[in-house]
Amino acid sequence: MRINLKVSRYDPQSDGDAHYQTYSLDLPHDATVLDALIQAHGYIDGSLALRYSCRSAVCGSCAMRIDGQARLGCKTKVVDLVHQEGQEVLVEPIGNMPTIKDLVADMESFWGKVRQVQPWLHPAGPEPEREYLVPHATMLDLAGAMNCIMCGACVSDCTVLEVDPDFVAPAALAKAYRFVGDPRDQADGDRLRALTEYGGVWDCTRCNMCVEVCQKGVAPMDRILALRRKAIEDGFQDHIAARHVIEFEEQQRKASWMGV
Amino acid sequence: MSYAFFPGCDVPRKSTPELYVSAVGLCQKLGIELEELEYAPCTGSGMIQSKDQALGDTFNASTLAMAELTEKPLMTICSTCQGVISQANARFKEEPDYLGEINKTLQEGGLEYKGTTEVKHLLWVLTEDFGLDRLRSMVVRPLKDLRIAPFYGCYLLRPSAILGYAENPARASALEDLIGALGGTAVDFRGKKLCCGYPIVSDNERNANAMIANHTLEAKEKGADVMVTPCPLCHMNLDGAQPAAADQKGTRIGLPVLHLSQMVGLAVGMDASGLGFERHTVSTKDVVARV
Repeated sequence: MRINLKVSRYDPQSDGDAHYQTYSLDLPHDATVLDALIQAHGYIDGSLALRYSCRSAVCGSCAMRIDGQARLGCKTKVVDLVHQEGQEVLVEPIGNMPTIKDLVADMESFWGKVRQVQPWLHPAGPEPEREYLVPHATMLDLAGAMNCIMCGACVSDCTVLEVDPDFVAPAALAKAYRFVGDPRDQADGDRLRALTEYGGVWDCTRCNMCVEVCQKGVAPMDRILALRRKAIEDGFQDHIAARHVIEFEEQQRKASWMGV
Repeated sequence: MSYAFFPGCDVPRKSTPELYVSAVGLCQKLGIELEELEYAPCTGSGMIQSKDQALGDTFNASTLAMAELTEKPLMTICSTCQGVISQANARFKEEPDYLGEINKTLQEGGLEYKGTTEVKHLLWVLTEDFGLDRLRSMVVRPLKDLRIAPFYGCYLLRPSAILGYAENPARASALEDLIGALGGTAVDFRGKKLCCGYPIVSDNERNANAMIANHTLEAKEKGADVMVTPCPLCHMNLDGAQPAAADQKGTRIGLPVLHLSQMVGLAVGMDASGLGFERHTVSTKDVVARV
């Protein structure tokens, strides 16, 4: 099939603003957007800068905005986007981050926020004699959060980050849940205290954009809500949003005819 | 055409009563029969779910069960209701054991949800069940001079997997198609599928105001005379908090925002005085006069 791949170009050394360049490509039926870019780069324009590696949705390198939505280039089939010959497919770098060149984003802020939540285990006490025992149901619950390949798609399209750079953002919060939800980690108190400060779990606007764009099933917003529930349960209620939720829930419970 | 009707919480009845009035009036005008679920509770709206997921699911199971008894599809008039109830519905289908647990509480109130209710927003009732052609034939005041910016509301769009977008791909442009069928011109702008900030309006006013300003100003920049939304919570922010957003931005906005039912009501000849425009914060006088 033939498509017109419209790609955002930006060269910090010569360009003022980003502009678009369109490549007309003939692609096999099963081509992904990444395949299209590799073809454009390999046969038409070697100056195009982009990141990719595994081409199988494991490394997280090829996150980009395709037709306005952050996705993995290697996991997005062209045939799912185009309905007629010669249709345009728009490719831009991921958002909420500065662009280094073309489709390559500067992910420093992304990594900084992930590091901010201390994404390593704080084990409780000395190692057990044998293995840690964790209930299967718990690991199933954490498996989704552990699926994250740090591609940045959720952060790219986060609607809060667009207006507030101090929001810790979905990837870091989902990563934080991976530890708060892990019974081997004993730092829940410290973690939840930090996560309920400004820019943490209460600043999510619950728009589900991160859930929609994550192609690895992490569902970051669901993790954020789980962190909220744990925070309230563990007594971290000194935040206007927490008080709002507590009051609202109590009101609805009392007003219910169901005896809940 | 007959539906079980979930009007929502106090929002469409007290905070934005023009929505209830215009939605019920519109359905009457179009011959869409509504059986209102008097005892259906708040969906939780994500707020209850931030403390107790099961309580939210119990409330929504009761609404779905009450609708199931009527043997009709359930119609919502709020993007947030549509999304939250659909999420609960999807969870019940995926986890029947969980539904069984929830049903224990429902049974104490004489209800049981068997998992068969279909949930449809008025927007989709119009574009899918009623049909755009039929609607087009009922237009007596074509909105031909109006450039209308559609604002969907997050919960009507995401997660798309549980809102029927795969089965009904036309839903992705339902508002634009509807605007076109009514004779208006839909304005394309990036913010149309982003967040109005309502869920954080009382917890982080600065961010909510920034979102409102961004989307209304972008719509205006792209030539919009008016905005339309199928969600009263979005309306409360985009209309009700528009002056605060304008203040924070340091610029004038003044973009009137209509509810979906008001826009359709105007086009099919309903009396403007019965559509509740006087309740709006940003004046709709000019827009209504043009129609």
